[in-house]
Amino acid sequence: MNLPFSRKTIIYASVALGLAVLGWVVLNSGPMAPIRVTVARVTRKEVAPALFGIGTVEARRAFLIGPTAPARVRALYVDVGDRVRTGQLLADLDPVDLDARVVSSAAASERGRSTVVTAEAQLRDALKRRDLARLEAQRHLDLARGGIVSQSLLDAKLLERTSAESLVTAAEATLSAAGKDLERLSADLGGQRKQRNSLRLFATGAGRVTSREAEPGSTVIAGQAVLRLEDPDSLWVTVRLDQDRSAGLKAGLPAEIVLRSRPNQSFPGHVARVEPISDSITEERIARVTFDAIPPGTTTHEMADTTIRIPPTPQALTVPNASLRSLGAKRGVWVRAGGRLRFAPVQVGAEGADGDVEILQGLKEGDEVLVYSERDLEVDDKVRVVKSLEGRRR
Amino acid sequence: MISLAGRDILHSWSKFVLTGLGLGLLIGATLTMAGVYRGMVDDAEVLLQNSGADLWVVQKDTLGPYAEPSSLPDDLYRGILALPGVAQAANVTYLTMQVRKGDTDVRAMVVGFKPGQPGAPGFLTSGRQITRSHYEAVADQMTRFKVGDRIRIRRQDYTVVGITRRMVSSGGDPMVFIPLKDAQEAQFLKDNDAIVAGRARNAANPALNRPGVPGLLDAINASQTSNHSVNAVLVKVAEGQDPTTVAQTIRRWKHLQAYDRKEMEDILIAKLIATAAKQIGMFLAILAIVSAAIVAFIIYTLTLGKIREIAVLKLIGTQNRTIASMILQQALGLGVIGFLVGKVAATLWAPAFPKYVLLLPGDAVWGFIIMMAVCALASTVAIRAALNVDPATAIGG
Repeated sequence: MNLPFSRKTIIYASVALGLAVLGWVVLNSGPMAPIRVTVARVTRKEVAPALFGIGTVEARRAFLIGPTAPARVRALYVDVGDRVRTGQLLADLDPVDLDARVVSSAAASERGRSTVVTAEAQLRDALKRRDLARLEAQRHLDLARGGIVSQSLLDAKLLERTSAESLVTAAEATLSAAGKDLERLSADLGGQRKQRNSLRLFATGAGRVTSREAEPGSTVIAGQAVLRLEDPDSLWVTVRLDQDRSAGLKAGLPAEIVLRSRPNQSFPGHVARVEPISDSITEERIARVTFDAIPPGTTTHEMADTTIRIPPTPQALTVPNASLRSLGAKRGVWVRAGGRLRFAPVQVGAEGADGDVEILQGLKEGDEVLVYSERDLEVDDKVRVVKSLEGRRR
Repeated sequence: MISLAGRDILHSWSKFVLTGLGLGLLIGATLTMAGVYRGMVDDAEVLLQNSGADLWVVQKDTLGPYAEPSSLPDDLYRGILALPGVAQAANVTYLTMQVRKGDTDVRAMVVGFKPGQPGAPGFLTSGRQITRSHYEAVADQMTRFKVGDRIRIRRQDYTVVGITRRMVSSGGDPMVFIPLKDAQEAQFLKDNDAIVAGRARNAANPALNRPGVPGLLDAINASQTSNHSVNAVLVKVAEGQDPTTVAQTIRRWKHLQAYDRKEMEDILIAKLIATAAKQIGMFLAILAIVSAAIVAFIIYTLTLGKIREIAVLKLIGTQNRTIASMILQQALGLGVIGFLVGKVAATLWAPAFPKYVLLLPGDAVWGFIIMMAVCALASTVAIRAALNVDPATAIGG
């Protein structure tokens, strides 16, 4: 009789075991299982933010060399890559009829000078004649007072004096006009010469030729570039930084520049200027970062990843940025106190490059906050604290 | 009173348990199939849940951003942000593509997001959130990327800095989160050959390359290589505001389409995964019917196997009720063992599936009830056979 009883026990025991296994499975996996989380303490440490932006290498001093009037290119004396010095002749443009016009202007100006000489001679003659007429008139006035000469003769002499004086005025005017004419013709000549000179393109600064935009024979319009020059010693990086992640950006900050062509090398530099105008379309700020020493072989328009270091905040109250969560429209962290979870809205400050976030308000040192979790948390969720969530897939 | 069923089971317990085990695996497969269906629906739900949005603002007359392509200018969010009742509004882009790591690639949905805004990964399981505004990524653990891995999306290399989980597209592809600007570029960026060919095409067009207008060609080329489009604007409404009202305002005054959570669920579940879900549902139905049939056959053959013993029982004058209850008890017992084994098996192998399998307790309860009903129903056939047996077979056979 013992046997059936023990068999019954076995049945019950196995059913109980089966239910226990089922219960364990249900409670430890699937939706009813507690959410595994990791925690960290709020600590004080240094927060070292870094701003990251993508930039392009550009030349601070770049020159577009071209004519001020439409012209045809006659000759180019430099090629791409050549170094040039200030004032060096780079190109000649075809003057068409400009040389003939300069000769014509020069001749006109010579003629103008002769006209002035003639006018001067005429003035001298008129002055002498006036002096003589004045003398004659005075003499006849004296004689007429004694009744020696007739009134009609005196009148004739007085008229002669007035006429001679008018002639002087006329000669003076002629001379002045001739002078002005000469001035105009000389100015014309100067202008023509300048225009002729503008068809010779000179380097306005020292640099390197970066492109030949027009070859001999091609016609260019006013303002179009024939040659482009860049000063290779003035290379800097124009960096674009997200406006909402650019707090603390200012001139003088140290930077690290990584050129795309040399991804494993970082070149030191610093922020030379923050542009006063930001880009409202791309929501970026623009900063110019200079190299401390320009790496040889750097090409312009190359992409350069730039990290700008912001002075660190010492002894800031920090949490890892993975602990920042949203609950409704609020940002905050889950604080674990006395075995219960509480959502604490926080005000955050600087964010370090390594993921530490400065907490300005809402937490105190030593608070235990949730960092990682298997899913987003709600207020009444059950959690189980573990060391790490890695290495187990569910 | 002696339990006839118990004694019979104990008499040939190994046969009984092995049958139950086999049955259990079949039930496990059925439960898993239900889990696959639930997983598909859940993928769609977590997509909405994890985006952290109350409203999805997309291109007018589209079902975007998940079910249809949608394209919006990226400065539209400013106008939406100014509407009453809107707490947060953020641009977001979605692009399903192959993400490369070394020589391998993973199918993933690349999400462009603004840190701290709706659309950002809400939680992590390791690593940290993005701190640089370019070239950092947070990946779902299904991608099997690790913190520190370098992955390639189009032309740029990204460093994986954080890992999250259950961030999947409605198709179950894991998500890779990258900064919005990078994503806009990745979505739009053509390969270099195409860019060079495009420039040549522009230069050959006399309307664009005019001799009297130097610089026009450069300007056109530059404008063709930038992208100011996003797929959707995710909106979080202020506390106490009704998302439906805000959605109406956006539709009315911004001439855009805005969906709230409920409408988005309808789009995803009723439209996007409908066919796939029906496929699974069909398969589940067939599997359930097959399982029920097999259970019935097993119980029937088990009973037929004991037909002589039953004849003996009848011969010695056992009541029909006792025999019927023995068969019913055995059938139910088999069902219980099968269900336990099936449930445990399904739970254990579910995580090994490449896509998410969600085993809901409610489904398990329903499965148990149906299982018991099927067993009871199947046993009636067996009971009929047992009761019709001629006691004479006990001696005759």
